[in-house]
Amino acid sequence: MKALVLIKPTPDTEAKIMLTSDRKAIDHASTKFIINPYDEFAIEEALKLKEAGKLTEVVLCTFTSQTNKEVVVKGLAMGADRAIIIDNQGCESLDSANVARLLAAAVKAESPQIILGGKQAIDDDNMHVLTMVAEVLGLPHVNVVTKLEVNGETAKVEREVEGGQTEVYEVKLPVVLGAHKSLNSPRYTSLPGIMKARKKQCDVKTPADLGFDGAVLLAKNKAKFQNFQPPAEKPPGKVFKGEPLEDMVDKVVKLLRNEAKVI
Amino acid sequence: MKVLALIEQRHGKLRSSGFEALSLAAKLAGNSADAAGVLIGSNVSGLATECAGYGADKIYVADQPELGLYNVLHYAKALEQAIKNFQPDLVIATSSPIGRDLLPRLAIRFDSELLTDLVALEVSNGKITGKKPMFAGKTIADVELVELSGKPGFVSVRPNIFAIEKPGNGTASVEKLTVDVSDNRLKTIEIRKGASEKADLTEAQIIISGGRSLGSADNFKILQSCADVIGATVGASRAAVDAGFAPHSMQVGQTGKTVNPSLYIACGISGAIQHLAGMRTSKVIVAINSDEEAPIFSIADYGIVGDIFKAIPLMEAKFKELLGHDA
Repeated sequence: MKALVLIKPTPDTEAKIMLTSDRKAIDHASTKFIINPYDEFAIEEALKLKEAGKLTEVVLCTFTSQTNKEVVVKGLAMGADRAIIIDNQGCESLDSANVARLLAAAVKAESPQIILGGKQAIDDDNMHVLTMVAEVLGLPHVNVVTKLEVNGETAKVEREVEGGQTEVYEVKLPVVLGAHKSLNSPRYTSLPGIMKARKKQCDVKTPADLGFDGAVLLAKNKAKFQNFQPPAEKPPGKVFKGEPLEDMVDKVVKLLRNEAKVI
Repeated sequence: MKVLALIEQRHGKLRSSGFEALSLAAKLAGNSADAAGVLIGSNVSGLATECAGYGADKIYVADQPELGLYNVLHYAKALEQAIKNFQPDLVIATSSPIGRDLLPRLAIRFDSELLTDLVALEVSNGKITGKKPMFAGKTIADVELVELSGKPGFVSVRPNIFAIEKPGNGTASVEKLTVDVSDNRLKTIEIRKGASEKADLTEAQIIISGGRSLGSADNFKILQSCADVIGATVGASRAAVDAGFAPHSMQVGQTGKTVNPSLYIACGISGAIQHLAGMRTSKVIVAINSDEEAPIFSIADYGIVGDIFKAIPLMEAKFKELLGHDA
């Protein structure tokens, strides 16, 4: 039984976001990329299942630029067996539905029983693609997974929702699952591990290999993103210091009531 | 333009964000005949009357015992049925755990696309445009749905942004949906309640958050005590969660919750970029920190440089005084 883990290189969470001059995308050349942090929980979960004897192979798959190969290597260094890069050259800005169509085709060719990914990518914060892949393939999905137990042909899955509530599911495999932060603690990669990972199998495919024409997909984009702007700057606030604490607290509470009118 | 809103309920109670979606649908539709809502659940038919008066003439209701607990496969079927019956140009939901789980499936099912977590949404001459925070609020993008060629567009909106408007006491007609729930690959066993009965962070009007300098899980009680006085929900920074002082469900920031309250009180939080990303759109921000150089002060409307362990109980006492006088 095989797991396929869908991953996405995203800008480092600590990075300042650099934009291209047309403000339609991230400037890849000047931004450091990492594995989307939620995807690391997905990889870790697949590796744990393999170590428990419930899986025989863990395959990574991503739709990205070949320049992000090092990010994929990091996932291989965690312990994944091999990787598939779907090269996005010429169709970098596909919308979610089109990316999902490509990834679904790659998943189908591998016929895994478990398809994992991070609950969302931290760049566009969409939480679209994984669920869309499930829909394209006609499979059930559970996203924001905090606990996973695989028992033969079924899995028991917990999902975190609002108010700290947890939905508990039983689902038949194959299934698409989106990993949340509290699912596990991803392992660290070592430098020797990374050296070794560079020798692991990493196939590069084009959309054409999966039966799609990238340019045609691009022309069918229905979601358009443009004019990225920084959030509006706030004028400086009133910060009190050096006075008796009780007076400062009193002032702020009164301002909240009389000026801000929020209490 | 015909607009359909998903009105969310949990445990038989309508969520305030559902009324936000319904009000927005009515506003964008321009007239009540072109706006509709959809309610999904078990024993929810009674809730339909609560949805009248928001400017939508029709409420679709999928009321079956099998829909009592949220199940994405069955709920997607119900929403699909409502869309087929109403034939909307646009479907709106809240960017909540349910809304975000359902809409990607529906967008694919109708060969369409989805814009998620918008903070602005407009419709003019059939064009659907909006604004979407990306990179956890480090940038905001102009977004648009194009080339829909008659297919419904899908949008989820951030809670607490769009106003609830109830123009009248109008009535809404109810149309029952019959949903095929035969797909048994996914079964919802139960929904376990969380430790807190408080409003979820993403819908809370007031949030008091603590950072690592609170020092222990036990010390979060001083935040809780103050929160109880003003009906606030308690949050935490990533540093506090990583230190084990609070569960991840309480985390505010890029890898936690994105929140939008009217008042956010940050206690002992330095203001790392990933925390600011999750709370910078709060309407009013108060920072209390002993370090006057803390970046949190740069986005605070009001700040106090001082000891949180002394300031928070003092603040609680002042709030009590203030609210007590009102009673």
